[in-house]
Amino acid sequence: MSKTDVDGTDRIKLLLVDDEIGYVNVLSNRMAKRNIDVTKSLSGTEGIQALRKQEFDVAILDLKMEDMNGIEVLKIFKKMDPDLPVIMLTGHGSEQAAKEGIECGAFDYLMKPCELEDLIEKIREAVRSGR
Amino acid sequence: MDKSKETRTADYPAFFKKRFFTVIIFSITPMILVSGIILYQFKMSYHEKVHAHLAELVLKHKQNVDSFLAEKLGDIRVLARTFGFEELSDESFLRDRLETLQRGYGPVFVDLGVINSQGLQVAYAGPFKLGNVLYSTASWFENAMKNEYVISDVFLGLRGLPHFIVTVRDNWKGESWVIRATIDFVAFNNLVGNIRVGETGFAFILNREGELQTKPLFDVIPDKGPYLEFMKTKLKEKDDVQIVERRDEFGNKNIYVAAFLKGGDWLLVYQQRASDAFSDFRRALKIAFAIIILGGIAIVNMAYVFSTRMAGHVARMEKEKKMMDEQMIETGKLASVGELAAGIAHEINNPVAIMVEEAGWIEDLLEEEDFKEGENLDEFQRALKQIRTQGKRCKDITFKLLSFARKTDSRIQEVDINDMLEELVAISAQRAKYSNVTINSNFQNDLPFIRVSQSELQQVFLNLINNSLDAMEKTGGTIDIASKVEGDFIVVGVADTGPGIPKANLNRIFDPFFTTKQVGKGTGLGLSICYGIMKKLGGEIEVRSTMDVGTTFRVFIPLTEE
Repeated sequence: MSKTDVDGTDRIKLLLVDDEIGYVNVLSNRMAKRNIDVTKSLSGTEGIQALRKQEFDVAILDLKMEDMNGIEVLKIFKKMDPDLPVIMLTGHGSEQAAKEGIECGAFDYLMKPCELEDLIEKIREAVRSGR
Repeated sequence: MDKSKETRTADYPAFFKKRFFTVIIFSITPMILVSGIILYQFKMSYHEKVHAHLAELVLKHKQNVDSFLAEKLGDIRVLARTFGFEELSDESFLRDRLETLQRGYGPVFVDLGVINSQGLQVAYAGPFKLGNVLYSTASWFENAMKNEYVISDVFLGLRGLPHFIVTVRDNWKGESWVIRATIDFVAFNNLVGNIRVGETGFAFILNREGELQTKPLFDVIPDKGPYLEFMKTKLKEKDDVQIVERRDEFGNKNIYVAAFLKGGDWLLVYQQRASDAFSDFRRALKIAFAIIILGGIAIVNMAYVFSTRMAGHVARMEKEKKMMDEQMIETGKLASVGELAAGIAHEINNPVAIMVEEAGWIEDLLEEEDFKEGENLDEFQRALKQIRTQGKRCKDITFKLLSFARKTDSRIQEVDINDMLEELVAISAQRAKYSNVTINSNFQNDLPFIRVSQSELQQVFLNLINNSLDAMEKTGGTIDIASKVEGDFIVVGVADTGPGIPKANLNRIFDPFFTTKQVGKGTGLGLSICYGIMKKLGGEIEVRSTMDVGTTFRVFIPLTEE
């Protein structure tokens, strides 16, 4: 497997919001190797707090979390930083929710589990479009 | 399934019995009541008619006999008044008179005799030698001297033969004399003996002492029977007739009709067996009973057929209801299984995603210098790749499960038949592989979308594919699934190379509860549900099968009108 670096020298700052700790950890490790700094948030509330502290280039948001609905979190994110591109992660069969997310301003959605390459490709697209 | 059969056989006879007896009671009761009343009325009026007829018969004969006697008496009286004692005591003159009478009336008068006041027969004309016989002590003579005229009872007398006489008393020179005529018993007897009605009807005459005055056709015992009772009755009118019905000493029921003759001295009796007199009525009764019995049999038959049909109808309705219940349960089950599967698939996705990413992470790390030299690097990379591949496979499985489960509702939606069939083929692929079955698809491109319930249609094809897989579980084979447009239908064929369906079973396979699978393996509902769904969609499902060659199901889905 080849290393897929994001073009440009700047590292991408990514906010990852997912309540599955194992997934968040391994994803942040693998992304770190690909010039992406991941800030891990294990719930919607944590994600909001993180966004309050710092600016991000892109956010990845799981739709199904225990404390808050992903859509609600997305709406708050969009209020806090309207330019922040947000990629939604959904389970199969929840396309309806994902589409609703796009209506609310999400950049795009991906179905979980997804290939890392696909995800990084999507992130690069988002960053290019956003900033 | 077996339970439903039990309950059916348990409910059936009770229901049947109830209908059966209700119909019988409500049909037979009025029939018997009406016919009973009619027969009773008919019996009464028929009895009256027979009685009236017999009374008239007897009355007529009584009048006959009375007028016969009066006539004969009249003849003798005329003889006595016209000629007197002097002329009549001349035997040759008397013989002439007898001949004249016999010429006029036939041999009714047997002989004539003239008796003087001392009881000496001074002249006699007739077949017997009775000249100069002294009758002074004979009871009839005493009686004759006392009354102006007498008709005697039947007696044997000197001649030793049954006969009776008519006497007329007159005076000549202050002395009483008597002219006596013997009436031919046979002629008289015929008056009464000729009364014959039916097979057992006959008549006879009794005197006050109950002695027979005529010879009855059948044996009569005057002491028994109602004869003496008739004697005792005092009749108001001289033409009154008495009718009695009673059993004789042999137990036979008889009709007795009686009338007094000769001013009450004699009794004319007519008797006949009741069974004979009422034979017409009995015949009518027999016919009526035959009709009632036939009617009864018809009613019982009708009740049987009616109740059987009703019970069959109810049983069928019950069966249908049960089938619908089962179908609903089945659908519900499918839906809940789908939900469950969806839940599990969702939960599995996360761990699988983590596993795959962790494997990717190890791959990332293997890129670093430290590991490049490791002697097992290739093996590591191969194993990691395998983990990724299998993780992807897990993902595919859960995706399919989810997409299937998601559609277990009967909402009408736009459906692409080919997509749906492809999905089903994918779901069945694993099972097909185990059974060594190849599934070939041959779909017509650009099939029009149709508006149906996807999950119901899925159920139909899944059932067909599963049945084919079941049939070829041991032998293996191929399933060809083809779709094309034919007229107003999209026709989907599911053809297998299984053992085929025996001809005897072929027209039963869509029946509910019909199954050839082992107990507990098949509900016998699958194809019946398919049939129901296709009918509901306005489509068709048909089957063709050749033993040892295979079975083809063709499903006709109506195109939706734009």
